[in-house]
Amino acid sequence: MSSRVFKVWRGDKSGGRFVDYQVQAEEGMVVLDAIHQIQRTQAPDLACRWNCKAAKCGSCGAEVNGKPRLMCKTRLDALPPGDVVSVSPMRSFPLIRDLVTDVSWNFQVNQKIPPFTPRPDATWIMQQEDVDRVQEFRKCIECFLCQNVCHVLREHDLKQHFFGPRFFVRIASLQMHPMDGLDRMALLKDQAGLGLCNVTKCCTEVCPEEIHITDNAIIPMKERVVDRYYDPLAWLWRKIRHAP
Amino acid sequence: MTDTSCKYETHEHDVIVIGAGGAGLRAAIECSAQGARTALICKSLLGKAHTVMAEGGIAAALAHMDGQDNWQTHFQDTLYGGKYLNNWRMAQLHAQEAPERVRELERWGAVFDRTPDGKIMQRAFGGHTWRRLAHVGDRTGLELIRTLQDKGVHQGIDVFMECTITRLLKDGQRVCGAFGYWRQTGRFVVFQAKAVVLATGGIGKCFKITSNSWESTGDGHALAYQAGAQLVDMEFMQFHPTGMVWPPGVMGLLVTEAVRGEGGLLCNNQGQRFMEKYDPKRMELSTRDVVARAIYTEVKEGRGSPHGGCFLDISHRGAETIKRKLPSMYHQFKELADVDITKEPMEVGPTAHYTMGGIKVDADTGASGVPGLYAAGECTGGVNGANRLGGNSLSDLIVFGQRAGAGAAAYASQAAAPRLDQEQVEAAAREMTSYFGRPSAEDPYRLHLDLQNTMQNLVGIFREEKDLTTALARLEELKQRAAKVGVVEGQRIYNPGWHLCRDLANMLICAEAITRAALWRKESRGAHSRLDFPQYDDYFGEHNLLVQNDGGVMKVEPCPVVKVPELIPLVEQRKAREKK
Ligand SMILES: Cc1cc2nc3c(=O)[nH]c(=O)nc-3n(C[C@H](O)[C@H](O)[C@H](O)COP(=O)(O)OP(=O)(O)OC[C@H]3O[C@@H](n4cnc5c(N)ncnc54)[C@H](O)[C@@H]3O)c2cc1C
Ligand code: SF4
Ligand code: SF4
Ligand code: FES
Repeated sequence: MSSRVFKVWRGDKSGGRFVDYQVQAEEGMVVLDAIHQIQRTQAPDLACRWNCKAAKCGSCGAEVNGKPRLMCKTRLDALPPGDVVSVSPMRSFPLIRDLVTDVSWNFQVNQKIPPFTPRPDATWIMQQEDVDRVQEFRKCIECFLCQNVCHVLREHDLKQHFFGPRFFVRIASLQMHPMDGLDRMALLKDQAGLGLCNVTKCCTEVCPEEIHITDNAIIPMKERVVDRYYDPLAWLWRKIRHAP
Repeated sequence: MTDTSCKYETHEHDVIVIGAGGAGLRAAIECSAQGARTALICKSLLGKAHTVMAEGGIAAALAHMDGQDNWQTHFQDTLYGGKYLNNWRMAQLHAQEAPERVRELERWGAVFDRTPDGKIMQRAFGGHTWRRLAHVGDRTGLELIRTLQDKGVHQGIDVFMECTITRLLKDGQRVCGAFGYWRQTGRFVVFQAKAVVLATGGIGKCFKITSNSWESTGDGHALAYQAGAQLVDMEFMQFHPTGMVWPPGVMGLLVTEAVRGEGGLLCNNQGQRFMEKYDPKRMELSTRDVVARAIYTEVKEGRGSPHGGCFLDISHRGAETIKRKLPSMYHQFKELADVDITKEPMEVGPTAHYTMGGIKVDADTGASGVPGLYAAGECTGGVNGANRLGGNSLSDLIVFGQRAGAGAAAYASQAAAPRLDQEQVEAAAREMTSYFGRPSAEDPYRLHLDLQNTMQNLVGIFREEKDLTTALARLEELKQRAAKVGVVEGQRIYNPGWHLCRDLANMLICAEAITRAALWRKESRGAHSRLDFPQYDDYFGEHNLLVQNDGGVMKVEPCPVVKVPELIPLVEQRKAREKK
């Protein structure tokens, strides 16, 4: 067992700083194990979120050495050996305490998206290949790492005008659901602010579920919006061609 | 200075649902659909409850893969798995209604894996006669919770997240609300309601090696017990046969039964498929209690794997199938253990997984014995008897979530407005602030570890009288220490040390209930194995054990199994077949 130094951000709305902790590193340890060890042995009040410890619930997002990661999925032996490991809260959301941020804005956004609404003629017979893409989107564990990293939210703080990549994925999953009968194009164009995304792909890079956020969700949705609002003929053509 | 203020905010609803896993969400959706003003309260963020981790699938006799399947066979399988201690009426409703509840999920937007003719796909699982588990790869729980969450939030349910309930409030005999604190601020909150539904999940955190999350501290079990409700079947704790055993940080983390459902083989260090010794007929797909004891025995007798488990191999199915059918297992092992399961075997061993025991409820309405108090999901007992079959929990959540929601809404629509008792609220607030400012307080983390070790070592897979009595004595000591537990550092804002102080009280009640019931049941059945009573016993085979608070003393008493006369032929038919 070797010992490693962790710099963990401690503080609340009124301010804070990095505090150093010595962690006894065990084989196969992940960052969340280290945080738990610190809680158990040195800082019983260290605030962090977690549930599954298996990259399934999306609770434990934080910035490890400045990079957005799930703490339960980040192994110490995958980080540069010997170096100090820094752990800080996601920066794009208001801080509550230590590693815990206020992500409630995301829940408010979700509420603005009209839910799944079956077509009147839905048969519920769907082929696997017709739902593969929707299932890819539905893998999302709502870790909000993509929201955290997207510059429209992180640098420009345009939360009033932009739903963020997580919710483009959500809308795409509804639009591409073979049995859904609602149209959310106007929402995407206006309220959701899809046009503000300039396809930097930073969101895709951090997604722990390896969802192809930009290529499979954002770009096809942008195309649909363009067709609809700027090239209605192409839209009509597609609609006729795809008509059942 | 610590904020010792006992101020609180108040909310008023017809029904409050405590817990936002599958059971709580389904209950809340039903309540609000019936027109009740409904609140949904949970300790974590919405969508993060334990249900999200469920992997393998939902059991429902849809008969898409095997046309012969029907509710009668599902009912028989459930009773056989539960060693006939199940509440028959619950098992009946469960088997009958699960298909409709699953189809309903689809209509609410869930996207299950498909059969070649475009219907919901079903896979094989231990103890199920036919291929029965509707699934989405190995992330079925996520699909279930996300579907219900989206349905719920668009239906006008008030959601209170990161809010922990610490007491039920009563108006005479009847429940009239709950007291809790906001994790994010540490402030107090009172919910006034005509009916309360508990859907708080399991108690895995009483054990050292567990697949459960931090939330599984048996809060609902303890709240109900303290409010005067009965608990049933507490001696039956399911140890899932396949948890990860290495690396140390993930010990206990679940390896889904779907691995065996998809053809995974269990071997010892001599390369022998040892299940042929324990259940030659079902082999790897035997019930969980049998497989868990088999692995435990192999390890104990020196035939284990390097890290104290056994080998589980799926590599013969080929990389492509494995990655499609078991994607999260593939990633889990690759990332956490450096093992490529498409090429090498996994190492697995038993882990505390599921609580068969829980609040005793009426099968049809989810009503407990306390007026106004309802319950659904893992925090209840009955449907599973002595051992749960895989996949029967997710179906339990939606079948009985719906029923408890309807039951609570119906009760609330008749009930008069409850009266809040100020004294109870103040006592609850004082309890929470009392953890601050205790000089030389006990460390809650240390105490938790001691509790987990006690349960793991003395009330685990194999039990015997002397261990169980030692465990009771230890629990007594732990209770004394718990009275002195306190917050050594930090204030009320998001302070996990403070939260744990209170959680410990719940875990101690649950641990004691498990241990006392285990001591009472002098036989081996399902998940309960007594070294000193290795056989079935006819008397115990006809009785469940009830645990109840009798003036501050925990009392255990037997009561006859709930049977349904019309179903006797089905049960006898199955018993006869098993004897062959
Ligand atoms: C890894 C894993 C895999 C599984 N796979 C399967 C499977 O494939 N098929 C299957 O059928 N079953 C499976 N199970 C079992 C199944 O997932 C659980 O039994 C089930 O999800 C429990 O659901 P629930 O709604 O009862 O409670 P949970 O999902 O545990 O939710 C409990 C809720 O109660 C809240 N709560 C608890 N205490 C309080 C309190 N004091 N105040 C406020 N809120 C509180 C929590 O915050 C949470 O929202 C699996 C279990 C595990 C651990
Ligand atoms: S691709 Fe678009 S949504 Fe994704 S990070 Fe870049 S700007 Fe944001
Ligand atoms: S899309 Fe990926 S990164 Fe974004 S919230 Fe979902 S899982 Fe996380
Ligand atoms: S704890 Fe669930 S994703 Fe990390």
